Amino acid sequence: MSHTPIPESPEQPGRRHALACLAAWTGGAIVWSVVGGVPRAFAADGHGLAVPIPAAGFHFVQISDTHIGFDKAANPDVVGSLRRAIAGINALPVAPALVVHTGDVSHLSKPAQFGQARELLQELHVDRVHTVPGEHDALDGGLDGYLKVFDHDGKRRGWYSFDQGGVHFIGLSNVLDFTMGTMTSLGDEQLAWLKQDLAGVSHSTPVVVLAHIPLWTIYAPWGWGTADADRALALLKPFGSVTVLNGHVHQVLQKIEGNIALHTAMSLAYPLPTPGQNGIGEPGPVTVPAGTLGTLLGSREVTVVRGRHALAIVDTPIERMPLPAAAIGGGR
Amino acid sequence: MKTLSLSLAVLLAVATADSRAAAAVATVSIDKFMFSPMEITVTPGSTVAWVNHDQTPHTIAARDHAFASGAMDTGDRYERTFTAEGDFSYVCSLHPFMTGVVHVRANRSAKAPALHGR
Repeated sequence: MSHTPIPESPEQPGRRHALACLAAWTGGAIVWSVVGGVPRAFAADGHGLAVPIPAAGFHFVQISDTHIGFDKAANPDVVGSLRRAIAGINALPVAPALVVHTGDVSHLSKPAQFGQARELLQELHVDRVHTVPGEHDALDGGLDGYLKVFDHDGKRRGWYSFDQGGVHFIGLSNVLDFTMGTMTSLGDEQLAWLKQDLAGVSHSTPVVVLAHIPLWTIYAPWGWGTADADRALALLKPFGSVTVLNGHVHQVLQKIEGNIALHTAMSLAYPLPTPGQNGIGEPGPVTVPAGTLGTLLGSREVTVVRGRHALAIVDTPIERMPLPAAAIGGGR
Repeated sequence: MKTLSLSLAVLLAVATADSRAAAAVATVSIDKFMFSPMEITVTPGSTVAWVNHDQTPHTIAARDHAFASGAMDTGDRYERTFTAEGDFSYVCSLHPFMTGVVHVRANRSAKAPALHGR
């Protein structure tokens, strides 16, 4: 299908802007157009990037949940899967400005796993790769091991912010405080920092928030949510364009709340069940039939177009990513 | 003669303590994101062993932070010996909806009290 420009909501001209989101999996694709908080789906042609990337936009790629070190039946070759995604990202017609990784870089927080992950991510043809920690990166001594390799601002903590392409990026850590109940939390210290950080940002600046565990409650019995996310979202509410990018659940789910759009991403390691999936009582790795794993792992492109508050988002399974000739036959 | 009977008594005491400890070793299995059994009762000095059978790593972390295992990968085992009486509530720090309790009682038949907030 051809990409039709999405009109602004007639109810809220000039404030409510459109969001286009292409979610592609298991051989097909759907374009989600969300206008005024109402999602509308369109069929896509099923060949990956049905929505052209606007050349004038600033765009970046999100990858997530690489679980370097995992070697069980659900995916004995997570390195191959990551390399397949890296080849696809490097072959994109318009090179992304940066790549963000929304956590669970490693599987068991082992120094060798962090080191291997860093080496693999250096194969990306981008200037910057930004990460946030997942709970798998916080085993054995909190974030110490993770921060030895992925301390982005040298302040020895899991949260930070930076500006690029007219966007204010915020990386959060919601993987350390599990004692409040079934869900994780950001904690008072980080929320105080967030308030201070946002105080210096104009409300018209697009804000992109990175956090591993979703900042909205997807399924509390499995801990798929953040207990004090409401306090963070309240701080973000005055901003005209807020996009929250999460990982953790290894599947694409999304929610719109006012000007805040929240999205989870596919993993590059293994699929997880859908919340409450029939016959599956726990959020453990799902072993899928041979040949189908590549349709369930993937990455995401996000494009920011100047003058439009909404970000265009394209999710692509690794099986449908572009491949340079040299990479065909390699990896997974 | 008196010394001999004393020695015998000590030997007996040691043997009894040994057999009691050996009998009290308890294993908690981790399967499909659940501790099984979720609650166990042991005598002071007993060792509890947890074994992870999932593809996913888990941890054993006391709610009061008194003890914590490292990451337990598939097949890994974590042991802890409980010397004092009490009720030791723990979670998996990766998946805090996974909960369990170790009740330590000198008198095994003593009924474990209901835990607060459960």
